[in-house]
Amino acid sequence: MSLATRIIPCLDVSNGRVVKGINFKNLVDAGNPVEMARVYSEEGADEITFLDISASVENRKTTLDVVSATADEVFIPLTVGGGISSASDVDQLLRAGADKISVNTAAINNPNLINEISDRFGAQVLVISIDAKRGRTESGFEVTTHGGRNSTGIDTFKWIEQAISRGAGEILLNSMDMDGTRAGYDLELIRRVREISSVPVIASGGAGDLDDFGKAIESGADALLAASVFHFGIYRISDIKRDLSRKGFTVRQSSTLGEN
Amino acid sequence: MIAILDYGSGNIRSAQRACEKTGAEVVITSDFKTALAADGLVIPGVGAFGACMKGLRAVRGEELIKERLELGRKILGICVGMQVFFAESDELFNGERTSGVGIFPQKVEKLSAPVLPHIGWSEIESKNNSGSFADLNGERFYFVHSYAVKSEVSEAANINCNYGDNFIAAIETDLITATQFHPEKSGDAGLKLINNWVASL
Repeated sequence: MSLATRIIPCLDVSNGRVVKGINFKNLVDAGNPVEMARVYSEEGADEITFLDISASVENRKTTLDVVSATADEVFIPLTVGGGISSASDVDQLLRAGADKISVNTAAINNPNLINEISDRFGAQVLVISIDAKRGRTESGFEVTTHGGRNSTGIDTFKWIEQAISRGAGEILLNSMDMDGTRAGYDLELIRRVREISSVPVIASGGAGDLDDFGKAIESGADALLAASVFHFGIYRISDIKRDLSRKGFTVRQSSTLGEN
Repeated sequence: MIAILDYGSGNIRSAQRACEKTGAEVVITSDFKTALAADGLVIPGVGAFGACMKGLRAVRGEELIKERLELGRKILGICVGMQVFFAESDELFNGERTSGVGIFPQKVEKLSAPVLPHIGWSEIESKNNSGSFADLNGERFYFVHSYAVKSEVSEAANINCNYGDNFIAAIETDLITATQFHPEKSGDAGLKLINNWVASL
């Protein structure tokens, strides 16, 4: 009866449209985040993550519509991140139909935001997203922002401990060293974060090969997030789950119940 | 008609849509009379137990639950909406324990597992292949929680799960169906459960 490792596709959404993405044969419109989420759900995704990369406030309103439309059709958990900087942003997203929200830079700029969100909505809605990169801080992993370009001087492990003690419910651990390389997850980073984290750790960054997923689970990841391997059609979620299952890892198989 | 009780608790849109998918008419309401009259009442719930009880009391939820049970009308509680049926929770709220509606005497306790919250898809074990849980033994459902009822609920059919501890994933009596997991977020298995429940109304 053990817990299944979650496989989570991440969609970059801007202006209500998916920024990356290929044309699956069963997909009418590859740029439509609702369609993409539906297809991923049918293929066995355990959650969906939207990362809102819209530049303006007006465009963020569009994101709320996308969240609602997705929640109306897709009955698996939906996490939304990007540009969330206040408890009222969280409230709007939850009301629109998001189950969890992920916060990155805003929490670094204002750590009290973690307490505020967690106290009001519960730790279970709050994912703290961290862009970690090898650097000169104590542990050798520094927290960065802006896609790894900006250093913060903050140590990744100290930040994780602080975020958890302030009320983070999950850690989304993005390896900026591996991100976009498709050379595998950062196993050292995952292993060391797993040792200190009392909350689930979602590993992200570097997935490129079928074997990468199992290695990240062995290193302690509770969930695996990936973007490009899914968007570019390198693997389907069902391929990854079948492979993991064959190797003895616990994953959720598509239900045998079929359509209701 | 199905009423979803709106007492200030998180994402209730998904519960609404999942119920609508069965073809039922669904309203979201905090109105006592509407919630009392509905064929089925859904009590959602996310966040702290104490905060949920406070919200529930503000809409006379305790009275509502008790009156519905007296009238023989069904209720589906989800997540903290399950926990509120019990006597109390160990989860502190502003430093204090909160009592629940107390339909069942058991208490809600913290899970003992190295990683909490328990987030993700776990299998349920259902011995009775009937009611809302018909054909769902061994299916995985989506859980997000750190607290749960651990001791057997002798007043109801028990559906079990394990995460660090054995705990009660769901219970069912003639009138009460309550799930620690989120059926509205559990894909086909969850929709099947909701379908079963709506069909029983």
